[in-house]
Amino acid sequence: MSGYGHHGGSYLESKGSFWTNVVDWATTVDHKKIGVMYLFAIMTMFFFGGMAAIAVRLELLEPVRPIQDAAGAIVGVKGQLFGSSDAVSLEAGNNMYNVLFTLHGAIMVFMVIVPSVPASIGNFVLPLMLGAKDVAFPKLNLLSWYIYVVGSIFAVCSIILGGVDTGWTFYTPYSSSSWLGQPKVVLMVLAAFILGFSSILTGLNFVVTVHKLRAPGMGWFDMPLFVWGIYSSAIIQVLATPVIGITLLLLAFERFTRIGIFDPALGGDPVLFQHFFWFYSHPVVYVMILPGMAIISELIGVHAHKKIFGYKAVAFASLGIAGVSFIVWGHHMFTSMSETASMIFSGLTFLVAIPTAVKVFNWIATLYKGSISINAPMLYALIFLFTFSIGGLTGLPLGTLSTDLHLHDTYFVVAHFHYVMMGGTIMAIIGGIHHWWPKMFGKTYNEKQAMIAAVIVFIGFNVTFFTQFFMGTRGMPRRYASYVDEMQIWHHISTGGSLILLVGFLWHLFVLVQSLVAGRKAEKNPWGGLTLEWLADSPPEEHNFPHEPLVTHGPYDYESAVPYHWDPKDYPVPAENLKAAGAH
Amino acid sequence: MSTPHATNAASPTTAARWQRYVHGHHWRTQAEEFDGCKLGFWLFLATEVLLFGGIFCGYAIFRVLYPTAWAEGSSALDWKIGAFNTAVLLVSSYTMAMSIYCIQTNKISRARWNLAVTFLLGLAFVILKLALEYTPKWSGYFFVLDPALHHHESMIVEGKTAFFGLFQFVEGYGGKRPGMLFTYPFAVDPQVPVWWAIYYCGTAIHAAHVLIGMTLIARVWHLAGKGVYGPTYYAGVEITGLYWHLVDLIWIFLFPLLYLIH
Repeated sequence: MSGYGHHGGSYLESKGSFWTNVVDWATTVDHKKIGVMYLFAIMTMFFFGGMAAIAVRLELLEPVRPIQDAAGAIVGVKGQLFGSSDAVSLEAGNNMYNVLFTLHGAIMVFMVIVPSVPASIGNFVLPLMLGAKDVAFPKLNLLSWYIYVVGSIFAVCSIILGGVDTGWTFYTPYSSSSWLGQPKVVLMVLAAFILGFSSILTGLNFVVTVHKLRAPGMGWFDMPLFVWGIYSSAIIQVLATPVIGITLLLLAFERFTRIGIFDPALGGDPVLFQHFFWFYSHPVVYVMILPGMAIISELIGVHAHKKIFGYKAVAFASLGIAGVSFIVWGHHMFTSMSETASMIFSGLTFLVAIPTAVKVFNWIATLYKGSISINAPMLYALIFLFTFSIGGLTGLPLGTLSTDLHLHDTYFVVAHFHYVMMGGTIMAIIGGIHHWWPKMFGKTYNEKQAMIAAVIVFIGFNVTFFTQFFMGTRGMPRRYASYVDEMQIWHHISTGGSLILLVGFLWHLFVLVQSLVAGRKAEKNPWGGLTLEWLADSPPEEHNFPHEPLVTHGPYDYESAVPYHWDPKDYPVPAENLKAAGAH
Repeated sequence: MSTPHATNAASPTTAARWQRYVHGHHWRTQAEEFDGCKLGFWLFLATEVLLFGGIFCGYAIFRVLYPTAWAEGSSALDWKIGAFNTAVLLVSSYTMAMSIYCIQTNKISRARWNLAVTFLLGLAFVILKLALEYTPKWSGYFFVLDPALHHHESMIVEGKTAFFGLFQFVEGYGGKRPGMLFTYPFAVDPQVPVWWAIYYCGTAIHAAHVLIGMTLIARVWHLAGKGVYGPTYYAGVEITGLYWHLVDLIWIFLFPLLYLIH
């Protein structure tokens, strides 16, 4: 075995002067450093996207209304918080709001949630869990980080030039005809295109890593469920992202040369754009949620110290979700298809509920009679179960054709996907960050403060988004800066919730920064996990393990295996279980 | 590779670079690394197929929506140029495959000749595309042998020919880039610009892939000259070959769809 045999220092160890370290990090091919760089890049974008969200919520405190003179002509706009103060048309008054929610959506989808778990935590943890020294293609991994940064810079340039108002979905003909002659729309479209490449390369890297770099003794069904989740989402990343690539490329061509592909004014077909867009963007919803579910499987297994209920069912549910994700895109466009097509897509959509419910029930069954430690990661796993279940169940009336006709394009949809995306993926990643924080940085965080922050986030999240279900069922349409008076109280509550949420996130930030600055040194296996990353040092050494690890027990065999680095006296395993494991 | 000691990997001074190749530290064996690279590249090829899948899907849908525009547009292309381009790419795929065979059998100089021919055929493809298809169309010329233009003879201005008499000028056809204005006075179907949009996007994105493939070929040609590749290590050539064959394969689909069926 090349590379083993010497005990390297921690991967975080300084290499010399400040600039030596900067160059070392900028040119590193170490998956751990790249994962940490991704984590910081993604959190930075999360901050910007969050600021845009707060701005959207603040704008909605007052409805944007026209001021009319006696003759009924519009002479000004009131209730407008952001944008030009001398706006005299309603369009000008709404423009800034449209820009803000587009920024929020585009940043959060393309720059935060899609790469969030796989590229940051996945990059760091996946090779460790497999007992590998690195991902299959380390240089490609670094390249994908740089591509992510370039894509984000494109998006930031677009924002500096005034931002775009097309919505994050870039529907034509808005996106093919607004602000022609200005580069900002093309910049944002190309940003999403470039970020897609980053996503493809990461996914491709992970698929090959899982196939080829598992430690000796690790069969497919000895892999931790985190790996199954990341693997499933990596397959979607590889197979769905090229379609958005060609779609956005054609859109950019259309804007540059005025050829007609999607713009009806040029002879194109806008519904074709919607099909192409959702053929990517629906599977990518599962790129967003599958890694979140992957984290939850780990959090629940480790912090309940219990063998995960129905391991194979959870593993195959991941693949099942990945498979079904490719045949349900039409439910985003019920109103632009034939009745027959809508009915077929509506029926197919319900299939998603089956593997999803399998996972949720198995997690709950795992918790039953488990030895549950209540800490920040476990708290987030429980929050996930609560919020994600609401998100999943409110998806059913949206997938049902007859109810969707009333609910589509209302705040009900907004609330639904925030419960899934934010209540699912974001809650999972915060839980995951706390779970692997001791491993990543070798420092413990203040558990009590982190739990307080988690409760604040939970309250803020529900106050913000549960109110939006009520607004939606009362007919408040999404993407408007204006609304009727009876909606104002709901908007006020929702905005208040978003500010609570902001406090919660800042609290978390404070806890994590405090841990980096003044945290105690973390143990190698603080939670008692059985997956291989807990065998490594905290933080891991440069090549992860001093020797190539040999897998001798399953990832969740809590009743028959002593966790790595734990004294068997502290973790008594019944003798008959040990015998049963030995026979296996 | 004339030295008889070339197979002796233990001698670092006389061994060629491919014999001294050390696989990445995170792989267990070199064979495993090669397998991993190939798996990764096949996945990448899958993404390429899906990328072009968008174009083919758009082609199919617009073909159903606007059959007359499609018939009119495709009859304005000359299948002979397309067929010639197909032949060029097919031969280049053969030389590409031969270069891998030559590397595997340690005939490095023959492998490099094959790579050079592959590169030149790729260049010929791009030049044909630009010189015989794009440029004349944008500047108002049409291929003389084009049978589709027989019923537009009144539009052809006698006496204005280009490219050794291969092209004749068509009144009202010139100076139009693909886009809003890309049509011609004798266009029967108003949707014919959509045909040209798909034609230009499909062929231009394909031509961009040919250029990328040529860059990869030039790179392995250069590295092969330095002795990087040999019978036990030729991942770069193999992967370049896979890419080149895919580029060829996509053209084999584009050619009949655009040029042959009306």
